[in-house]
Amino acid sequence: MSKLRYDFQAIAEWIGEGETVLDLGCGDGSLLRHLADTRGVLGYGVEADPENVKASIRNGINVLQIDLERGLAGFEDGFFDHVVMSFSLQAIHNTIGILTEMLRVGHEAVVSFPNFAYWRHRQAILNGHMPVSENLPHQWYNTPNVRFFTIADFEDLCAMNSIVIRDAIGFDEGVRVREEPNFLASVGLFRLGREH
Amino acid sequence: MTQPQSVGVVTPRTQRFIEPLLLTSGGRLEEYELVYETYGELNADRSNAVLVCHALSGSHHVAGYYADAPDNVGWWDNLVGPGKPLDTRKFFVIGVNNLGGCYGSTGPTSIDPATGKSYGASFPFVTVEDWVASQARLADVLGIQRFAAVVGGSLGGMQALSWTLQYPNRVANAAVIAAAPKLSAENIAFNEVARQAILTDPDYHDGDYTAHGVVPERGLRLARMVGHITYLSDDAMAEKFGRSLRHGKQVFSYEAEFEIESYLRYQGKKFAGYFDANTYLLTTKALDYFDPAFEYGGNLSAALSRAQAEFLVVSFSTDWRFPPERSHDIVQALLHNRRSVSYAEIDSAAGHDSFLLNDAIYHGVLSAYFDRIKVTAHV
Repeated sequence: MSKLRYDFQAIAEWIGEGETVLDLGCGDGSLLRHLADTRGVLGYGVEADPENVKASIRNGINVLQIDLERGLAGFEDGFFDHVVMSFSLQAIHNTIGILTEMLRVGHEAVVSFPNFAYWRHRQAILNGHMPVSENLPHQWYNTPNVRFFTIADFEDLCAMNSIVIRDAIGFDEGVRVREEPNFLASVGLFRLGREH
Repeated sequence: MTQPQSVGVVTPRTQRFIEPLLLTSGGRLEEYELVYETYGELNADRSNAVLVCHALSGSHHVAGYYADAPDNVGWWDNLVGPGKPLDTRKFFVIGVNNLGGCYGSTGPTSIDPATGKSYGASFPFVTVEDWVASQARLADVLGIQRFAAVVGGSLGGMQALSWTLQYPNRVANAAVIAAAPKLSAENIAFNEVARQAILTDPDYHDGDYTAHGVVPERGLRLARMVGHITYLSDDAMAEKFGRSLRHGKQVFSYEAEFEIESYLRYQGKKFAGYFDANTYLLTTKALDYFDPAFEYGGNLSAALSRAQAEFLVVSFSTDWRFPPERSHDIVQALLHNRRSVSYAEIDSAAGHDSFLLNDAIYHGVLSAYFDRIKVTAHV
């Protein structure tokens, strides 16, 4: 269950010792557990699913059962050093709202999401079917995802909303992609901030 | 995983305190007794003690049953026992009847040593803070310097929260369930209706009903009926009673016709048969007065800055007496202070009463939290 995910290490590299981290959609708390063990962070997870809330508590992390669609109104401006949302952005309706909120309550935001323009996905569409893959495991009729976008789309959205991209990494099924991420990466991992 | 079991036969104990207790109200108790029960065994380094604080009508009888009254099962028996969320194979669990109560601890029905008669209405006002102070003295007697956890629902949750503020170094974990950092005006209003029902009962006799050989039964019944309405949710009431008629048709009478009327009358009558009216009055006032942020100009974050414990905060979706928003207030104030806190909002139809019920997700959350508390194993 708490197998170390490939993006954890990349995320951990962006986070300093003892910093404060909010993980939105924290699942079973594995990332925060990893960050607590390796970086000594003060971490809080947000999770809506009761089973994940239980698993996070068992994992020894702080978890708050909040529905992300209701926003982060309870959190103070700039309280967190980092706000992480791993593989959840595509499942939230209010995309701009949540990104704005992440950068309100945190100095930095880290988001990862499946890239719909990944070449295998393009191939699936060319073959006439919606893509199903490791990072898009659901069928079109039962997917929890509500926003379908690409790395290029996300970069455009950041530019339109004055969100600064401080770092970006593409992964192809767990391996770092060096070039053409919008074509070769199945997953995009972004480190975001605001102009000072 | 073994099947959850009862702690079995339990026996209450009484501890006498001869050092006077100064109360928040300015009053004092020269001497007093606390009645309590314990479940499980205190480990060698005394690190596994858990205090369970009770709500308005609760008592020290948290779990198990009495040898001479096997049907008298503790009010949180579904939570406390071998294999249950508060596992008595791991923890030494303590239940205490609060001061001013009517289950054996010194209260309005006790004899005032100064007069030789029962305190009645002269029993001093007691607050959540006073209860916690008296519980701390019991902990001293039992040799418990620091609780692994202090746990409570509703008014009991207020005590758990207050413990972390009054004795920050004596509480490792606090489970604050279906509670609030203060009552709302609406809540105080309901309490006031309940109090007026008792205070205006002709049998109340300014609180000295015992001397008159009566009890203000009508007032107590009404108080309990009002209370019961607020402990349930609209949905739960609709599901349990709906508009069901006892006679299957309208009979145009003030007898209990609708099932909900019958239920409330039954609950009221039962309660009036065992609960003390002065205790009810005192306890609702303790609820109303609780507001740790008051002396901080209403700033709850400032009030909670003293807390050192790790927290579990739990609320229930249909609880309108202590709604999730009040738990959010506690969580946000703890977050502001960078305290460890987890928060679960349990989807439940049963309203405020949910905290007493055996819901799988609710108990799963409690198990997950209590399981992770580290105590020295029994030798």
